[in-house]
Amino acid sequence: MTIEVVLLIGAIGLILLGLAGLFIHNNVFRMVLALVLLESGVNLLVILSGFYRSGVAPIFLTGSEAGQAMTDPIPQALVLTAIVIGVGVQALALALILRIKAYYNTLDMAEIRQQMEYDLAADTGVTSPASAQSPDTLVRSKTIYSDENKHEHMQGDKKIGEPANG
Amino acid sequence: MRNVSGLLFSGGLAFLLLVMVAQLPFGQPLMLVGQQILQVSPNEVGTANVVAAVLLAYRGIDTLGELAILFTAASGVGLILGHLYSANSGSNKKVDKSGFITLKGTELMVPLLLVVGFYIIFYGHVTPGGGFQGGVILAIAFFLPTLVRSDAHLDHQLINVIEGLAGAVFILIGLWAMLYHHAFLQPFFNSVFVKGHLGDLFSAGTLPLLYLALGLKVGAELAGLLSMIADFPELTGEQNK
Repeated sequence: MTIEVVLLIGAIGLILLGLAGLFIHNNVFRMVLALVLLESGVNLLVILSGFYRSGVAPIFLTGSEAGQAMTDPIPQALVLTAIVIGVGVQALALALILRIKAYYNTLDMAEIRQQMEYDLAADTGVTSPASAQSPDTLVRSKTIYSDENKHEHMQGDKKIGEPANG
Repeated sequence: MRNVSGLLFSGGLAFLLLVMVAQLPFGQPLMLVGQQILQVSPNEVGTANVVAAVLLAYRGIDTLGELAILFTAASGVGLILGHLYSANSGSNKKVDKSGFITLKGTELMVPLLLVVGFYIIFYGHVTPGGGFQGGVILAIAFFLPTLVRSDAHLDHQLINVIEGLAGAVFILIGLWAMLYHHAFLQPFFNSVFVKGHLGDLFSAGTLPLLYLALGLKVGAELAGLLSMIADFPELTGEQNK
């Protein structure tokens, strides 16, 4: 088993872990972490496409042999930009999560979706089709809102863009 | 059900990738695109670090697009979190929770980080490193004090100025190349920006300048991003209630 196979299996394993994490978790923060794993797996896979065992880093040093084989610089440059873009994307996702947490006070994907639909329906005046058995009614009647939040909602107009703790 | 189908999908994708990997010929270069660049870039661009040549000479516009993405992410974070920060910054008088060692360690680290960051940016075309890596280190150097000391706040005005100037310089150097009938953003040589010898600090024409602008922009962008997230009221532990 060559070193390339081990590295490639590692990269594919990271991709697998990230994807599975995205599907399994309901917590949005854990989904972002899974996305980070997925991203590093993809980056590794791309950079391994230019890797081979006898190749040296693509940097011309004084005294290095002229004909020495170098690894492919293109995947390295691609991944270099991809990493920085990844940081930006993660920061944006984190900012959205912070606002969601401040406004809805939950990180659970299903609950967030329920409350968003509820708020959208309330803002647009369109009633969402709901029955006593629908998950919407079930979740809403249970524990999402603490008492003070419910009180706020009775009063009606919590403006979007206002922090929940403001 | 969603979990099962999701797991099946990821398992299938991993299997597909593994099957493709099993068919690769190992022990030799898998991709042949880079070999030509390795041969021509020392003469065409004159950087010892071929990755820098690819990044700025052969894929300059992609790098500009990457800066645009980073700018979009930073302004998106500013849009989402920004006014919370500004509403909060006036009454920010919380107690220092950091200990003596953390405070002094930060004071010691900041100049070192600045030196290392600028070194990595300036020598990006001759050694491993460059604008992105050095920029991230610069961002940490600016961000670290705001993380440790509660009274230290990043000057967002200054950060914006640096960011805008660096971005403008990057594009202006690109336009300057067009003045001499080169392609947009292509590094070029003249009497001031010499081609030099392979591996010298003053070599590769305008490419180090491009790298410097890139590094400053990345550093300012990331420092602003990090400080905006760190200043979020719920994270600083103070509630307005």
